[in-house]
Amino acid sequence: MSETITEPANSPANVGSLITPEGIEAWRVESEFVPLVALSFTFEGGAAQDPPGKAGAAQMLARLLDEGAGPYRSDAFQERLAQHAIELSFTAGPDALGGSLKTLTTHADDAFELLRLALIEPRFDMDSVERVRAQTLAGLRYQANDAGTVASRRFFAEAYPGHPYGQPVSGTVESVARVTRDDLVELHGRLLSRARLKVAAVGAIGADELSRRLDHVFGAVPETSRLERVPDVALQGRGRQVVVDLDVPQSVIRFGTAGLSWRDPDFIPAYVLNHVLGGGAFTSRLFQEVREVRGLAYGVGTSVVSYRHAAMTWGYTATKNERVAECLEVIGSEIARLSREGPTDDELAKARDYLTGSYALGFDTSTKIAHQLVQIAFEGLGIDYIRRRNELVAAVSQDDIRRAAARTLGDAALLVVIAGRPENLG
Amino acid sequence: MHPAGLRTDSAGLRRSESGGPNVTSQTLDNGLEVLVIPDRRVPVVTHMVWYRNGSADDPLGQSGIAHFLEHLMFKGTERNPAGEFSKVVSALGGQENAFTSYDYTAYFQRVAPQHLGRMMDFEADRMAGLNFDASVVAPERDVVLEERRMRVETDPPAQLSEAMAAALFVHHPYGIPIIGWMHEIETLNRANAFDYYRRFYAPDNAILVVSGDVEASEVIRLAETTYGRNAPHSGAAERVRPREPDPRAARHVSIADPKVEQPTLQRLYLVPSVCTASGNESHALELLAEILGSGPTSHLYRKLVLETGRAVNAGAWYMASALDDSRMAFYAVPAQGVTPAELEADLDRVLADVSGALDADSIERAKTRLIAETVYSLDSQSSLARIYGSARAIGQSVEDVRTWPDAVRAVTRDDLATVAAQYLVRRRSVTGYLLSGEPS
Repeated sequence: MSETITEPANSPANVGSLITPEGIEAWRVESEFVPLVALSFTFEGGAAQDPPGKAGAAQMLARLLDEGAGPYRSDAFQERLAQHAIELSFTAGPDALGGSLKTLTTHADDAFELLRLALIEPRFDMDSVERVRAQTLAGLRYQANDAGTVASRRFFAEAYPGHPYGQPVSGTVESVARVTRDDLVELHGRLLSRARLKVAAVGAIGADELSRRLDHVFGAVPETSRLERVPDVALQGRGRQVVVDLDVPQSVIRFGTAGLSWRDPDFIPAYVLNHVLGGGAFTSRLFQEVREVRGLAYGVGTSVVSYRHAAMTWGYTATKNERVAECLEVIGSEIARLSREGPTDDELAKARDYLTGSYALGFDTSTKIAHQLVQIAFEGLGIDYIRRRNELVAAVSQDDIRRAAARTLGDAALLVVIAGRPENLG
Repeated sequence: MHPAGLRTDSAGLRRSESGGPNVTSQTLDNGLEVLVIPDRRVPVVTHMVWYRNGSADDPLGQSGIAHFLEHLMFKGTERNPAGEFSKVVSALGGQENAFTSYDYTAYFQRVAPQHLGRMMDFEADRMAGLNFDASVVAPERDVVLEERRMRVETDPPAQLSEAMAAALFVHHPYGIPIIGWMHEIETLNRANAFDYYRRFYAPDNAILVVSGDVEASEVIRLAETTYGRNAPHSGAAERVRPREPDPRAARHVSIADPKVEQPTLQRLYLVPSVCTASGNESHALELLAEILGSGPTSHLYRKLVLETGRAVNAGAWYMASALDDSRMAFYAVPAQGVTPAELEADLDRVLADVSGALDADSIERAKTRLIAETVYSLDSQSSLARIYGSARAIGQSVEDVRTWPDAVRAVTRDDLATVAAQYLVRRRSVTGYLLSGEPS
């Protein structure tokens, strides 16, 4: 095992790394404050690897890993977790199959063994497969006419037609019905490989113990496996407005335009720009103009979305049907103005201050830290990113912002999807 | 992201383990209670102010005023113009929000420790000096109306929850939604808000909770120089709450909507809260909800999902944290081809034989899980601040929170059987169906 620790200065967490005898690299933060261990991990290759016509397969796989493994059928496996209050969950995203484990240190032996079984020896018993399928279908039906869900699904279908990102991670009623046990076994074999594993551990666990436990869990995962190639794709449909009819008094709106990948050198400027436009503070332009000044909506905001093979700036709001046109007009003109003129110097300075000052807020629980570390590792940003990140934000200039604005907001043409009964739309 | 959020969480937050965090409690001369919970791992502090009033204290005909005022609290004071506080929080890299519940209203910021004094200065200012122009009232009321449209008017499951609460509480204001009824929100005005503000917003009706990277003595010193300058109202604002009568009639309500494609079954029971329970009833109810309906090892999931396949999901929760009599809930999602009415018969069969769920292993497993959550909560300064703040806001003591795990550990099988027999009876219940179809 080899071990390194980065400089703690200016870093919200004191992050080290180790490489186990089996060659697994892990990032770690050790803290004895609470007697628990939080582990987070991802395998690259998520729902984008769903077999053709079988959207939802990766999510079903994620839901089945803790439904029986090794000698334990589903109920016995769940009882062993519950008996020791071990929290284990798996999730599928567009680009990765991820998981997290939380355990009291006294039950670490059981926790890591159950994780190993779930990853290496899932049973996929037919009754479990059918139960998870029924739960997934019930969830899809439950959300079928939810305005937010309807708008988001249609947005992705319009933005990425013919591409895996255009398919919902949770699939459709039709596609989930088609997924077979063989599909799940095959997908499990493809998605898990050590070459595409990122893992981080936070809490009361020393380097030696962690190294031993990681080899126990991940040592038996195949070194490599074959993923289907996923092409890079740009957001389609800019300038289009799509209405999905739904009998509700308030329309849900999704809008989007080009974005930049987290790995792009202009990502940080685009991120700062997004903060000015619609980032998570009450001071953003959209929050001020849509909510504060006009009372058009309860929530409004934008975020930068970075997938492996696509990036976009996307936003959300919801307003009563009578005011949809006015709301879109305000959003469109704010985006156009910001793209044309950029932020004021004061806005830029305040955005940098907020983003640097608030970075530490994402590191106040073990689970949050583990999750952040794995994300940074997944994006290939390097272990020193946590220490460098605030310098990168603080260095963003007006020139950088203009460049990012031109590459993302551009001519302010948006793909807009509205679910509801909007009135007086142009 | 979503300022002025409502807190309607089901089970409430778990409390901390005995001997867990080192909580300092002190009361200032003006009656403000100060709680400090240190966690020195990360340079972050959570600063919260809790007021002992919530939607259940809304005057008759003004439902939603507690929540509307919470929104208006972001509109400025005599000293600080609208938006100034939020601008400073943002420029300092802080996060902020607020929420209204049935029994309390809370405001919070999360910032680096060196900015704590400034947050306290602003928050103390808006405790006493709220002032805003009449022109901000109408747009903000529109925001709340959009919030209600988003949460309820477009969402049949939320409409069912609202109808069930209204049927469960025939007399007590817990039957009125926190956000208020649409037609009453539409009439709320500046005068209503200020009447309510003057009645409840005072240091002797509030609790200050600071958790994170701080020393208790420094927090007390800062509190004295900020909140300390606010004059108390003479005596705490009285909460006038009618008591719910002992129920006699089982009730059924349903919502039918063409947008519903997946029917569900819901059941509520009127049960004591941690404040109205006698003996250890409330702890027994918490454990009972865990055994019957928490996750895939629960009794309900085993009976309705695993063994009979009548449902695809099932569970339960209990809202212990309430000043007055509260609720326990059960829910089940029927399998294809099973109606909510048919599933209700299955649910009743399972609940008629609760003793079948109370084997020693299940009880022990549920205790382990509940108590472990208190250890897990030590990992989060904001969870701790919420656990202690909400407890004090309904009159629970710091000691009650600290000894909570011991009290759960002490619950016996007989205690569980007794509360089940006493409270899970039909006359105390409301059953709800979410159905596909045209409204009848």
